[in-house]
Amino acid sequence: MSILQVKDLTVTFPGGIEAVRGVSYEVERGEVLGIVGESGSGKSVTSLAVMGLLPKNAVVDGSVQLHGQELLGMKEDDLVKVRGKSISMIFQDPLSAFTPVFTIGDQIAEAVRVHQKVGKDKAAKRAVELLDLVGIPNPNLRAKAFPHEFSGGMRQRAMIAMAIANDPDLLICDEPTTALDVTIQAQVLEVLKTAQQETGAGIVMITHDLGVIAGMADRVLVMYAGRPVEQGPVEDIYYRPRMPYTMGLLASIPRVDGEEGPLVPIDGNPPSPAALPPGCPFAPRCPMKVDMCDDEEPPLTPFGGGRHVACIRAHEIEHKNLTGTDVFPVPVIPPNEVVRVPRAERPTVLELDELIRHYPLMKGAVFKRRVGTVYAVDGISLDIAEGETLALVGESGCGKTTTLQQIMQLQPPQGGRVVVLGRNSAELDKAARKALRGDLQIVFQDPMAALDPRMPIGDIIAEPLRAHGVKDDVRGKVAELLRLVGLAPEHAERYPQQFSGGQRQRIGIARALALEPKLLVLDEPVSALDVSIQAGVINLLEELKNRLGLSYLFVAHDLAVVRHLADRVAVMYLGRIAEIGAVENVYDRPAHPYTQALLSAIPLPDPEMERTRKRILLEGDLPSPADPPSGCRFRTRCPKFARLSEAERRRCVDEEPSVARLTRAVDHGAACHYAEEIEVITASENQEEE
Amino acid sequence: MGKYLLRRLAINVILVAIAASLAYMLAATTMNPRAAYEGRQPPVPEAVIDATLDAYNLNDKTPVLVRYATWAKGVVTGDFGKTWNGGSVNGEMGRRIMVSLRLLLIGTLLGFALGVVLGAVSAVKQYKFSDRLIGVSSFVIMAIPVFVLATLLAIATYNLNRGLGFTLIEYTGEYNPRLSGWDQFVNRLNHLILPTISLSLGSIAFYSRIQRNMMLDVLGQDFVRTAMAKGLRRRTALTKHALRTALIPSATYFAFAFGTMFTGATFTEKIFAWHGMGAWLVDSINQNDVNSVAAVTFFAAVCILFASFLSDLLVAALDPRVRVS
Repeated sequence: MSILQVKDLTVTFPGGIEAVRGVSYEVERGEVLGIVGESGSGKSVTSLAVMGLLPKNAVVDGSVQLHGQELLGMKEDDLVKVRGKSISMIFQDPLSAFTPVFTIGDQIAEAVRVHQKVGKDKAAKRAVELLDLVGIPNPNLRAKAFPHEFSGGMRQRAMIAMAIANDPDLLICDEPTTALDVTIQAQVLEVLKTAQQETGAGIVMITHDLGVIAGMADRVLVMYAGRPVEQGPVEDIYYRPRMPYTMGLLASIPRVDGEEGPLVPIDGNPPSPAALPPGCPFAPRCPMKVDMCDDEEPPLTPFGGGRHVACIRAHEIEHKNLTGTDVFPVPVIPPNEVVRVPRAERPTVLELDELIRHYPLMKGAVFKRRVGTVYAVDGISLDIAEGETLALVGESGCGKTTTLQQIMQLQPPQGGRVVVLGRNSAELDKAARKALRGDLQIVFQDPMAALDPRMPIGDIIAEPLRAHGVKDDVRGKVAELLRLVGLAPEHAERYPQQFSGGQRQRIGIARALALEPKLLVLDEPVSALDVSIQAGVINLLEELKNRLGLSYLFVAHDLAVVRHLADRVAVMYLGRIAEIGAVENVYDRPAHPYTQALLSAIPLPDPEMERTRKRILLEGDLPSPADPPSGCRFRTRCPKFARLSEAERRRCVDEEPSVARLTRAVDHGAACHYAEEIEVITASENQEEE
Repeated sequence: MGKYLLRRLAINVILVAIAASLAYMLAATTMNPRAAYEGRQPPVPEAVIDATLDAYNLNDKTPVLVRYATWAKGVVTGDFGKTWNGGSVNGEMGRRIMVSLRLLLIGTLLGFALGVVLGAVSAVKQYKFSDRLIGVSSFVIMAIPVFVLATLLAIATYNLNRGLGFTLIEYTGEYNPRLSGWDQFVNRLNHLILPTISLSLGSIAFYSRIQRNMMLDVLGQDFVRTAMAKGLRRRTALTKHALRTALIPSATYFAFAFGTMFTGATFTEKIFAWHGMGAWLVDSINQNDVNSVAAVTFFAAVCILFASFLSDLLVAALDPRVRVS
């Protein structure tokens, strides 16, 4: 008997925008249904419609039944008895999901008191129990804290505590871990599993992260343009997808255990719900498209084994046993000429030597006084050789962005040295600094915010040229740059809002390339993009590097993307480098406990591996960079430290480790007194051999 | 926190001293209290005038800095000096503050409460008829100067009373000296009706606009949706979670209005013939009453700084994010 039964749900917003066009699914007790889709596919709107939380101007049709009771069109008096009691919801952004002026404990207790007739003190006690259940340390004390005093991960735990306060039958999780760092994400997913065991609830898990779904879901629903296009048990969806969109999606994600070679992108963009193509909405992007696809939208039809597929060629795919890499054209990326020369013989384009950036922590409104120091970057050293990509990875607050700023400013640093293309930033005069900027360019994270909306993109790309005094044939150069990044030269007259996110990021790359730089700094260049778009941009970056002989400093938090794009990787923790080395070394044999935990926290888009692998879970949150622990900064969360003997621990507490080269490898160093290489991710090939 | 408040207090004391000194200097150098004695019939001998003015510390023949020193010495000991005709400024001020307070207390509170409610309703019913009605009325009221509004109200009441043949609503003065006891109390309340309406209409209009904007900001926030997802009714979620959060900015305005309440409302007092602080400022300027002007200004400065202090406290009480950091 299913708990929730959604049938032919449609949601229409004013202006005839059909955000959801016929979604049907069922959730059973104790079952996890994963709903995946890119932004704008209607997955969040679906769940809000189930909860009855859409704005009043949205027209909802179809049927939503909870235990056979129809929820659509129910009166508010009855609906409030269901919401928060039988169905609970966990939202994406835990920062804004709590009312800022009430304590966490009060807000959880409120959820208890809405549905249960208990006294105030009893509800407060229950809130503390719930906080304890989701693993908040000192729940008694923390219940009295306000939302802004909680870290992101703790807030999401508290959110889960609130959602399970009344033993719901169904939990709807809308991107519950998207805003969190990977190690925190792993913690929260663990809590979610505990919460499910505790309540036996069914879960609807909405996310765009195929790795999270692989680890959590029993069944998966893939949405595209407001409709489900494939539905089935998780293994079938991941190992035997039968709808080209699902196949493309799975082929396009970079994998942390992945092999080399270009990613398989899906061309084009998801259609806008206001202007759907005739017939199958995926047809314009589909490599298997035939004329019949444009005639009518294929319905989601049963396919046997509890599977449903909306594609007229599904049986053919099944018959030929096609996969994403067979169907989608695999781009050819020219080889890199520069890397034929051994690394040691190539010139160094960027060198950081014990770079330091501390910020004073000020207090007081009228009389400011210094109360402390934020050790944002506290002595990091690295170098990038010509034609090389170095990735700087780490969780939020580890100092990645500060490091970038220090490099981009080209000013004398507070401490240490920044040497760009052989020029020390401390010894530059104004003219030399400007000239050097032409060789050092940046691509920003948010392609929406990085382009002036009032400027045609031709002018945006030409701006660096004009700023550096290039006068002749600017138009020709712009056209060439546009072609280089895969856009048409006639696009130069258009404005940024006429482009999709992926195209905007290409424009940003074109602008950065205008001055023919030698070193490109990429600040999370693909993290704001949808999965199917991301692959295309990653391929472009790789191709440009090989063709133009560029070097990249690549800042990212997504370790799978890093593995794909980078040659070397530096892992940062609290303003210091924890581990640095060639990608194969660091990923296959991580030696620092932090790297190990980071790698093991990344969900793999492979249900079997994801469920069988052993996770190294970190405890707690990142300590404040204003008050780093003595000695090794990682020791407060280090799983290895916990296993050391008292005598061994002394060294971790007293002595700060610096990056030491590991004996066996040429390019691999870790800042750990007890570094020990272990394998965290089993490579997919190995698994097959076994 | 205590240390922080003390420091704020110290800064405030300095600011009051500066404001009051500047005001005294301005009043003492530009006003001419001698004029009140000079044109009299029969003429008063100059020596007598000088002696009188000397006694009140108002003589323009004494250097202004000397007069200032005398005045400042008095103020430090709590004595604001004498009015132009020898009355005690302290006594006058004490009486008038109470008058202003009686006049403004209800209007200020009512204006805030109704304004917030109307603003919140307006936001919840955005673009509906009630929102438009509240919006248009607010702008109309804000566009009418308070002296026009008060006068219109007084005229309307006068006509109403005449039409009825008896005085339903009082439109001038503070009370009827012929009554006593309970009747007097009711009569005082009756005298309050018109000034309260004229005072609160403006603040209702003002607060409703502010509150509408604040509320709209908050309504789109996730936490309101969370509150409803918990099982709260929309109305409860809106009042308890949304309005509570959206009150913080309006509270600072309210603190200012409350603090400056004691300085009176000049136009309303003059039009409805209440002898409060606002009326006193106008009167004392007309009468070249240097010490009274200085005292009113001093008091206003104290009130403003008290109000800003109050708003700090209020925000700290309402917003835990401020309290902690």
